[in-house]
Amino acid sequence: MGEAFVTLAGVTKTYSGITALDDVGFAIAAGEAVCLAGENGSGKSTLIKILAGVEQPDRGLIRIAGTDQGALNPRLSADAGIKVIFQDFSLFPNLSVAENIAFSAEIGAGARLVRRSRMRALARRTLERIRVDIPLDAAVESLPVAHKQLVAIARALATEARLIIMDEPTTALTEREVRVLLDIIRRLKADGVAVLFVSHKLAEVLEVCEHVVVLRNGRKVAEGQARDFDAGSLTRHMTGRAVAEAPPAPLPETAPLLLRVEGLHKEGAFAEVSFGLRAGEVLGVSGLLGSGRTALAKALFGLVAPDRGTITLDGRAVPLGDPVAAAAAGIGYVPEDRLTEGLFLTQSVLQNVAIGRLGAHEDRLGVLDLGGLLAEARGWLGRLSVKAPDPDAPVRSLSGGNQQRVVLARWMARSPRVLVLNGPSVGVDVGSKAEIHAIIADLAAQGLGVIVISDDLPEILCTCHRILVMRAGRLVEDIAAGRVGEADLAHRLAS
Amino acid sequence: MRIDWTRNETLVALVILGFCALAALSDPGFLSVATLTDLLRGGIVLGIFATGALVVLISGGIDVSFTAVAAFTMYVTAMLLNAAMPWMPWWGAIALGMAIGAALGSINAVLIAVMGLPTLIVTLGTLSIFRGFMLTFVGQKQITTLPPGMREFGRMMVIRGENADGSFYSLHAAFLATVAVIVVTWAILHRTMLGRQIFAIGGSVESARRIGIDVRGVQFFVYVYVGMLAGLAGIIHASMARVANPFDLVGLELSVIAAVVLGGARLSGGHGTLTGTVLGVALIVLVRNSLVVIGIPTTWQSVTIGALILLGTGLPAWQAKRAAARAA
Repeated sequence: MGEAFVTLAGVTKTYSGITALDDVGFAIAAGEAVCLAGENGSGKSTLIKILAGVEQPDRGLIRIAGTDQGALNPRLSADAGIKVIFQDFSLFPNLSVAENIAFSAEIGAGARLVRRSRMRALARRTLERIRVDIPLDAAVESLPVAHKQLVAIARALATEARLIIMDEPTTALTEREVRVLLDIIRRLKADGVAVLFVSHKLAEVLEVCEHVVVLRNGRKVAEGQARDFDAGSLTRHMTGRAVAEAPPAPLPETAPLLLRVEGLHKEGAFAEVSFGLRAGEVLGVSGLLGSGRTALAKALFGLVAPDRGTITLDGRAVPLGDPVAAAAAGIGYVPEDRLTEGLFLTQSVLQNVAIGRLGAHEDRLGVLDLGGLLAEARGWLGRLSVKAPDPDAPVRSLSGGNQQRVVLARWMARSPRVLVLNGPSVGVDVGSKAEIHAIIADLAAQGLGVIVISDDLPEILCTCHRILVMRAGRLVEDIAAGRVGEADLAHRLAS
Repeated sequence: MRIDWTRNETLVALVILGFCALAALSDPGFLSVATLTDLLRGGIVLGIFATGALVVLISGGIDVSFTAVAAFTMYVTAMLLNAAMPWMPWWGAIALGMAIGAALGSINAVLIAVMGLPTLIVTLGTLSIFRGFMLTFVGQKQITTLPPGMREFGRMMVIRGENADGSFYSLHAAFLATVAVIVVTWAILHRTMLGRQIFAIGGSVESARRIGIDVRGVQFFVYVYVGMLAGLAGIIHASMARVANPFDLVGLELSVIAAVVLGGARLSGGHGTLTGTVLGVALIVLVRNSLVVIGIPTTWQSVTIGALILLGTGLPAWQAKRAAARAA
């Protein structure tokens, strides 16, 4: 272990009276990977901002490479070699890979004219350093998410980088892409670059980390060697309580068939998909990115029009490729990217729930009974325990877990028979995740059929009665809950 | 070279070729030097405006005030030179016009870059203010006697000739100014880091801030540059028309933005090419000047331009949507 590159001691930060960070201290050595774990609101984002020089701590000491820092600003922090890779990557979608990688280096060097060959050479060198082959002239907006992240890493490395901070780096990646990322992290560490992971897919990054720091409510609650932690103990430290995740109780034999999918086919997306869903059943559909799981989820709700096949709900055929008819028939769909597909971000929490029920609160003249509508929405917010400081605040101001609950509340207000949840806990923290899983179990107990589409294997294993495995557009396996472990399932997805 | 059918440029070029083919069929006299010089003449002022509008669109903003800047500049410059500096040579008049335009542009720049107000609202406001200020406090009467410098510039031609049928054709020297504006703008956009930063903030303002781009500085440049180009266009317009009419130009801004969008620039920012812009301007000028040649009455002009915009921007968008649906 080398000497400490960054040392924090007694760092405290308050925002208008609320303590975001309280006396936090730890050190990161050169070439070391540290996992900073914490739920949303635990203060980890504030800590990133302080290290990046965006925010100033109220008290406390920051020492970088042996020098005590006074007021840090983004420029000073970047010059000291601290590079932050934000969750959204902060790339320029319209520019080429080469320009994205070399842009900050060129600006930092004070270039006035475009030095194209120099920029390309720098980009090529940096991509070679992480052993990745991405066409230099491709526009970043045309790249898959995993490649965008690699471009963001390359950009951080293009200028002298001594500490790379990665904010939720694995959220958008499939298992295989996470492996590639971890290999790159290992190589960077061998070069003496330190890495600070801020992640909630914890088990995946633990294996490359030496050191773990856990924050809860702005305080450091645990710190130690990575080998002394596992997913269970991390969750316990982060939430302050034990979150037991066991598979659901078996379904009674008498549960009636609710939804029947027969020979659903879409050229190039999925092929001859047939399955049944019983009332009260939670059915998992898992597969790698590109296996057709998302297209299938959308087809169930009519967002993708299949070429042929039938969907019947309670013995009645559901029209294909028509989301309005699917919703009327009693199918609900919660999209994977709820921020862009599922919510009106700038509108209030209440309105987001109420929007699904406009039709039911109309009188004969088409005038809205606003009071009744909002009262109903308020009821659902309460039942799904959405923690909103103010139901009139915009949805954007809520945490990921609470946003997901708002989407669920909207669907529940319409009393659907079948809910299709695509990646229900993508981007939410561990505590909220457990609560969302509890909500799923609760919905199923009320007799709903729930389809969970996810590549988060622990989630599939702990919520589903039955697991369908998708590979290259086909359902290849149908596994009962409890008959398979995580490693085995991962192998079945990828093989 | 492979032809990319999903690009706006390709579509617009095809429509231009088709239009010319139709026109040549119905009037063999269409394919002549005189038609060409007429079209080039019609593109001089529009081309400068469109180049400015392109830069703003790439930076992620929109400017609708440039026509008011141009009208204000030409009127005030003509008045000022007549009253105080009749000795000013033509290039001095142009320089003064560009300075006034840049000064008006800097008002937009302060409101947008420094105070962070939305670009459409700011420029809608200044469009009205510049125009209203000029009409109320400066004057409403046409200036029919331009200062000597502008008159001299108005007579400068690069090509002059006589057709076989005895009619004359000519190409105004201001065409060279348009060419220069396009070349300089190309160099700024593609050969300077400033230009790349304009693309970058159009792609993502937040990302630009995070890597240390001076977003305010870049925006400030953009609006001053557009004001300067508008000033230049104003002087050229008055010199060529040989009159400074304060009611000219305003109302043209949407056609100009339409030409730029037709050429593939996106209103959401970050995308746009000068090739596309030139083609878009060419198509709009062609429709304005020569619609009657292919047997469509001139009253259908705006309908045709509207239809072209829907087709030219709708078709690539529709294709992109279909491609996305196939990939899902």
